[in-house]
Amino acid sequence: MRYFCLAFGLMLWTTSAATALDIEEQRLFPGTGDRVLRVLSTTDLDLFAPYILSFQEVRPEISVDYTVVSSSDLHREIRDGAQFDLAISSAMDLQFQLANDGFAQPYRSDAIQNLPDWARWRDLIFAITAEPAVVVINTDRFSGLDLPATRQDLIALLRDNPDHFAGAVGTYDVRSSGLGYLFATQDDRATDAYWRLNEVMGRLEPQLYCCSGQMIDDVGSGRLALAYNVLGSYAADRLAADEGGRMQILQMQDFTNVMLRTVLIPTPAQNTEAAGAMIDVLTTLGMRDLPGEWPLPSLSLAGPLESSGLGPIRLGPALMVYLDPLNRRTFLTEWENAIEQQ
Amino acid sequence: MIKRRSIGRRLTLLLAAVAALLSALSWTMVTMLAREAAQRTQDNVLAASITTISETLRSEQGEIRLELPYAAFAMLGAISEDRVFYRVTVNEETLTGYSDLPSPDAGQQGQVMFGSDNYRGAAIRMAATRRVISAGDGPKLVTVTVAQTRDGAGAIAAELSQLAAILSVAFFAVAVALSAVVAATSLRPLNEIAAAVSRRGPSDLRPVQRAAPAELVPLLSALNRLMDRLRNSIRRSEDFIAEAAHRIRTPLATVRAQAEIALHTAQGDNDQERLRRIIRAVDESSRSAGQLLDHATVAFRTENLTRGRLDLAELAANTVAAVEPTASMRDIRLHLDATQAHIDGDAILLESAIRNVLDNAIKYSPEDTTVSLRITSDPDEARLEVCDEGPGLGEAPFDALTERFRRGANTAGIVGSGLGLTIVAEVLAAHGGRLELASSTNNERGGACVTFVLPSA
Repeated sequence: MRYFCLAFGLMLWTTSAATALDIEEQRLFPGTGDRVLRVLSTTDLDLFAPYILSFQEVRPEISVDYTVVSSSDLHREIRDGAQFDLAISSAMDLQFQLANDGFAQPYRSDAIQNLPDWARWRDLIFAITAEPAVVVINTDRFSGLDLPATRQDLIALLRDNPDHFAGAVGTYDVRSSGLGYLFATQDDRATDAYWRLNEVMGRLEPQLYCCSGQMIDDVGSGRLALAYNVLGSYAADRLAADEGGRMQILQMQDFTNVMLRTVLIPTPAQNTEAAGAMIDVLTTLGMRDLPGEWPLPSLSLAGPLESSGLGPIRLGPALMVYLDPLNRRTFLTEWENAIEQQ
Repeated sequence: MIKRRSIGRRLTLLLAAVAALLSALSWTMVTMLAREAAQRTQDNVLAASITTISETLRSEQGEIRLELPYAAFAMLGAISEDRVFYRVTVNEETLTGYSDLPSPDAGQQGQVMFGSDNYRGAAIRMAATRRVISAGDGPKLVTVTVAQTRDGAGAIAAELSQLAAILSVAFFAVAVALSAVVAATSLRPLNEIAAAVSRRGPSDLRPVQRAAPAELVPLLSALNRLMDRLRNSIRRSEDFIAEAAHRIRTPLATVRAQAEIALHTAQGDNDQERLRRIIRAVDESSRSAGQLLDHATVAFRTENLTRGRLDLAELAANTVAAVEPTASMRDIRLHLDATQAHIDGDAILLESAIRNVLDNAIKYSPEDTTVSLRITSDPDEARLEVCDEGPGLGEAPFDALTERFRRGANTAGIVGSGLGLTIVAEVLAAHGGRLELASSTNNERGGACVTFVLPSA
């Protein structure tokens, strides 16, 4: 009896842990059959819905249960063995760690073979988009100012106009955003200008965000003059919908981080056949040559970048370096010191 | 039944077996070396990785601090798509990394230790190094372990092994082809000697004079000794026959002379008839003995042919003159139609051959008939045709008639040895000529035509 109680208690605890998952959005795309493909993703529903509909054109019998969570939640869920058939995340480092640590199933198909080498790793993890980190500005608030082309320009601009930009600069809170942390660490690796930029931004009481979407909204509304390290794909999507034309995307000329949105099949997945079919659809769409009507950019855009040495962030074990707790602690301490100067 | 085994095939098979063994051996060794090389490559990168990590170890405010360098993992990712695990321990307590990752056996400080194990369901290769760092409360032993799955090294080894397998098979195929060539080349002298011996004529028993490889010299000299013995033995039996014939002929002549005398003095038909039979039998025996002697002479002389320039017409005339008395006894006319026909040959043998043919013709011809000889010649060949009006040669084939002691099917009632045409054929063969036998077409009464065909001189 006592064991039963214990078991029951454990069940309650696990259920409550499961419900503790902070779901941002969820929708069921019903199919004609019984099978349900459970997808856990960090991609906003409105951006990803066309892809699901495209998949259901090929496989109408499969229902798709699409759940949007943060990248760190997704990482934790998959690590804890949650029952999902597919995990799609923009945090490549966390995705990579899942694959490296054995939380992903291998998948092989002809569509996968067409992916360039840098867009897959060990038949475990596959890139479906290549998305740059960009600076988004509000053109109203930039009237009379030169548009920065490099990080040096940006540092000079912020330093020279502290009153203009005070409280009007936004960036990721790298402590809570997996993608923000990835962009920040890659910036750190690429240039020392990043830390000077952080110092300058820190003096301007920067606004910290969990997600690209809110940052872009605030730039659009004029609350922010500038947002640094925003996901270009989201910005482009909002820009297209923005009627005022007050937003502009700036791509830094010194270098641009290109993130790969990746997909993997978690080990406990049941519906692996459907998951594989979905990967085929996503990678095939990802390899398309023309931008087309799709909300997320194609992998082929990263091809020319790769040859120029400004390729996408490399899918490899080096991604795990910044995930090391000691490294993370050191990095966050430095970051806090720079950004939070009250 | 004794199974016939070809030395060539056996040699090829043996060489091929050796090649197969060597191919398999080289493949195994290359595979082992490839595995070893791939593992060493991986070990080197792992060692570089842990060295890079352990160099960032430092003590800060009494605590061990570590900054995992980007390069430490980037170099692992550069060589293969292997999964990477790491662990840093301070006094056996995990500082960071995968706390359940095994570590190779302890080595000396600063030394890099390697080991293989299984982790998270995959075979891993790991490297570890130890460093002592002074922190607040004294020195602490820090162990850095980095592990990598072995798929990349395995794939390289497998690829090289496959390449080695293809090369080994190719090597084997080439070796088999070469083995066949080697076997054929080695056996060529043997085949050449065999061919030389089998090319020889039926009575050629001269020693085989050929340069032979050392291994074949005993066989060759044994063969030559055997042929020598054989030749001597044949020579002795020919001599014996000649001697025997000669010895028989003399007493036979005496018997015949005595019988002639007895015939003249005998009274009464019965006695006379009996004596005539005796004389006929003695004649026949004498003729056979003569032929045996001729045959022995031919056998001896063909081996050491005395050649000279001869006129076939002259030979024919001489022989006709010699047999004229015998022919006239039976009212048989000998008609010689001769032109000059020069040939190269042994006069005694050729005369003997012509005489044998004429003897036959006279013997088988009915009384009061003609035996005609005709000589023709052209730049290539000289021909002597002897035709009679006798019973002919019967049904073909005529070739059998030149065999020793073989007589025609229609010779019953006439005594003969069956040696005549044999002698003729052997003589002509020794001169590079041939004997042609045909039924006569010259007259209605039929008869046989025997033609000598000899190369013109």
